[in-house]
Amino acid sequence: MRADDLETGMVIDGFTVGDLIHRGGMALLWRCTHPEIPFALLMKVPKLGEHEDPATIVSFEMEQMILPRIKGLHVPKTFGIGDFAKRPYVVMEEISGPTLLPKLKNLPLPPDEVARIGALLATALDSLHRQNVIHLDIKPSNVLFRPSGEAVLIDYGLSHHSQLPDLMAEQFRLPYGTAPYMAPEQVLGVRNYRRSDIFALGVLLYFFATAVRPFGDPQSLKGLKERLWRDPIPPRRWRNDIPAWLQEVILRCLEPNPELRYPTAAQLAFDLKNPDQIPLTARASKMRQDGWFTAMRRKNSAETYAPAKKLATQSKFASAPIIVVAVGPKSIDGPLGVALRDKLANTLDATPQARVVAMTILRDNDGPLDLNGLASSGNRHVARIVALRHWAKPLGLRDQAISFHVPEAANPAEAILEYARANHVDHIIMGARAESTIRNILGSVSAQVAAHAPCTVTVVRQREWPVFDGPQLLQDDATAKAAQ
Amino acid sequence: MIAFFGDIHSNLQALEACLEDAAHQGASRYVFLGDFVGYGGDPVPVLTRISQMCASGAVAVKGNHDDMAGDFDRDMNASAARAAKWTREQLSPEHRVFLDSLPLTYADADRLYVHGDASEPEKWRYVSNCDGARDSFDACSARIIVCGHVHQPAIYSLRADSQLSRFVPEPDCPVPLLKSRRWHVVLPSVGQPRDDNPLSGYALYDEATCEIAFRRIPYDIDAAASQIIKAGLPSGLASRLYRGR
Repeated sequence: MRADDLETGMVIDGFTVGDLIHRGGMALLWRCTHPEIPFALLMKVPKLGEHEDPATIVSFEMEQMILPRIKGLHVPKTFGIGDFAKRPYVVMEEISGPTLLPKLKNLPLPPDEVARIGALLATALDSLHRQNVIHLDIKPSNVLFRPSGEAVLIDYGLSHHSQLPDLMAEQFRLPYGTAPYMAPEQVLGVRNYRRSDIFALGVLLYFFATAVRPFGDPQSLKGLKERLWRDPIPPRRWRNDIPAWLQEVILRCLEPNPELRYPTAAQLAFDLKNPDQIPLTARASKMRQDGWFTAMRRKNSAETYAPAKKLATQSKFASAPIIVVAVGPKSIDGPLGVALRDKLANTLDATPQARVVAMTILRDNDGPLDLNGLASSGNRHVARIVALRHWAKPLGLRDQAISFHVPEAANPAEAILEYARANHVDHIIMGARAESTIRNILGSVSAQVAAHAPCTVTVVRQREWPVFDGPQLLQDDATAKAAQ
Repeated sequence: MIAFFGDIHSNLQALEACLEDAAHQGASRYVFLGDFVGYGGDPVPVLTRISQMCASGAVAVKGNHDDMAGDFDRDMNASAARAAKWTREQLSPEHRVFLDSLPLTYADADRLYVHGDASEPEKWRYVSNCDGARDSFDACSARIIVCGHVHQPAIYSLRADSQLSRFVPEPDCPVPLLKSRRWHVVLPSVGQPRDDNPLSGYALYDEATCEIAFRRIPYDIDAAASQIIKAGLPSGLASRLYRGR
């Protein structure tokens, strides 16, 4: 079996080989074409020589298993898999947009640009994670962009798929990955935790915002382990134009204890797209590294290594959905508001890692609140936020677990749907008022949302009881007539 | 699509449920990996069904419970031996001939089918860890070995440089049996699952893509359990069906 004897013009399983465009450490990339496939294709071929590294074969096997199983805009589409017994290859679509590499020449990037790129990458990661794949080698050279703007993650040779045999894990004792980006638990051999990708993305964001790698590029296992106990220099110390919220996000991604990082890439994308809603903690204002004494104490404490050890023995990760609860301005203080809060509390019991967005839509035709004369739009907005905070208070949520959002919209259902789509919301909880004929004819907000939402929708309604349906009392009859 | 059924153990309800599902999934070939009888209460209809299918092209290999000449008092625990004795009393001469005629192994393209392991099929050894799988790999040249006997599903893979790994796939998640490796598939049990999942289990293999998927199928456990009680067999054989243990 020789894999590096390809030549331009050869035809392999219907694919005509074009030019060699890249010679990497483990694989070669050739352009190729197929008469039935109307776009540009790449053939990736492993570099198998006499002194082959067993990791080359295993990582190519992993890529052959994983690539055809993931879908969507954030991965290159696979068109062919070549058998190892004859000639191993993977044929995939060529992504024609720009890569992240040219950006490296212009570091540091402005904070807004860092957040924009970060949100695109986190969205791509979320898509992978939802398909049971953990990438484990997030770095600038593994990121491309489609002409339409979406980030595409490539190179799945080190990845983990929770439903496939992990050939890498069982065969190599030393961690495989890229030194500057590897998560601390990955350094200790954990390969089944998706927050490792969030750490790597944090390294990338730090690097893009400061032009410095937070943990350098260590070449030894000892050097790699340093990130377990040595905190990086806070980004704002390098550049004082980095806003506090961006430092908050980056340092949260870089927490050595994975439990303290963002629980999902979707929640990270959410924060990067909504910087004004990020609750700031001590991370945001930190201006220098912890003292050497503190770091050494961490180095010698068993607690520092406990989270990774715990992860090594568990394979399931906690569910951490983004939940939107839509509370109507008129029902917030009534029994429906209470019912909504109870339903949210139940849901949070089952998913304590959830991120909640409490939302009230301001309609143009909503009259002034009972706030005598304070009906200007700004005041209405503030008053609704206050009302939402008050409503949520009994839940006792930490600031990081809930945020409040009061958009103005003519069509509330459309506003909720748009928000859910843009922020990868997993679950919408909303109320519906009692049944009535007019509602049935015109259609309610909740019905519209339930029909078109990209996620689970729970519609909460107060329990209704059968009402007396017989002849009306005479007295009522008389009152009714009098009213006419 | 090839459907593999292991360790049916006289559980007619489970077998029928799996066969129906396999037909629905588009199975065109059927392979039975031994232990058709023993433990369960319906040996006669199970053997009738399987022997009919074998007459029209299905493949079957023998398991330890199908070995009528075997010394079951020595090799089995008390309740298994009691069930085996009862089972022998039920079988017709035709069924005994059918069981006696079964081979211990069957080679099919790049695959080998065996009830226990390939190193010494007549010894009914268990492939329950990497060492067991290695002995089995060493004893034959088949790229894929399919076996039962363990009642706990797993897939072992052997790399060219003899590194071995074990993986327990989730139901309905196809695993590609890459051609760069050798694979040892241990089937879930149709009639007496023991992996804490009471659902009946079998496997579907797609020859075109080399993908194998384990299916777990609900069936009428009440009926299977009551047949065991009706036959006067130990009640533990009935109750374990509910637990998958």
